[in-house]
Amino acid sequence: MADVKCAFIVQRPQYKGETSRLALTHALSYQTVEVLLDDGDTVTPSLCFVGEGVLGISKGQNAMAPYGINSSELHVKNCLLVDLDVYVCKEDLEKYGIPEDQLPDAADMEAEKTINVVPFAEIEKIMEEAKHVLFF
Amino acid sequence: MGVLTMGVFPGLVGSGSYDFAMKLAKAAADKGHVVNIWFSGNATVSVKAHQKHLKDYSTGEKYLVELLEKGVEICTCEACTISRGVQKTESIAKIQWNAMHWYLSKIHCADRVLQIGGE
Repeated sequence: MADVKCAFIVQRPQYKGETSRLALTHALSYQTVEVLLDDGDTVTPSLCFVGEGVLGISKGQNAMAPYGINSSELHVKNCLLVDLDVYVCKEDLEKYGIPEDQLPDAADMEAEKTINVVPFAEIEKIMEEAKHVLFF
Repeated sequence: MGVLTMGVFPGLVGSGSYDFAMKLAKAAADKGHVVNIWFSGNATVSVKAHQKHLKDYSTGEKYLVELLEKGVEICTCEACTISRGVQKTESIAKIQWNAMHWYLSKIHCADRVLQIGGE
């Protein structure tokens, strides 16, 4: 029985390339990984947005109407709904002039988790504690 | 010997990263390591069979068949693959099709993980 901690580091904007969007959906899949693991084994991802990765997660997105795709805001909300730990780098929000109240929550879904806006030093600590660090 | 799990996301054509990932996987397998490869994003197109290897373009099929013969487990993201119009019936034999949790399960058992990002 073992839990494997993974840090998913999203460092690119979600609408510029596909990979950073895939970070969110891959992190979400931790909910079903147990069907492929031995009893008691788990994977616990932490989803961290740094650098340009903070650019595509503001609330109020409407990707469905013009593009017919789910927004990265919805993916973030789904992550919160399934109790995934989501971190956003405070310094990078400030760098790009994004106020913290522009970030989404999933209160309308009755999620208990909220986004954690933290200094980069905290994200470094998450990376140090993880067994595997994946950059998207 | 260790277990190496690779997440490969770049497209087959237009990036040297895909070729690098395949050559690295072969080197690891040749050394006796257990290697798992997960394809997502544009890399999933590379599972289509009957690729013609023209010298101006990278090919995936030659490497993938060789890796499968060495016992490397290769799995493609079903959603990413069918969204690009590639059907399971067109796939290179013995490549697995599954969902993203396959990758996480192989991360769980891995000693090392290499995430080869896409564009």
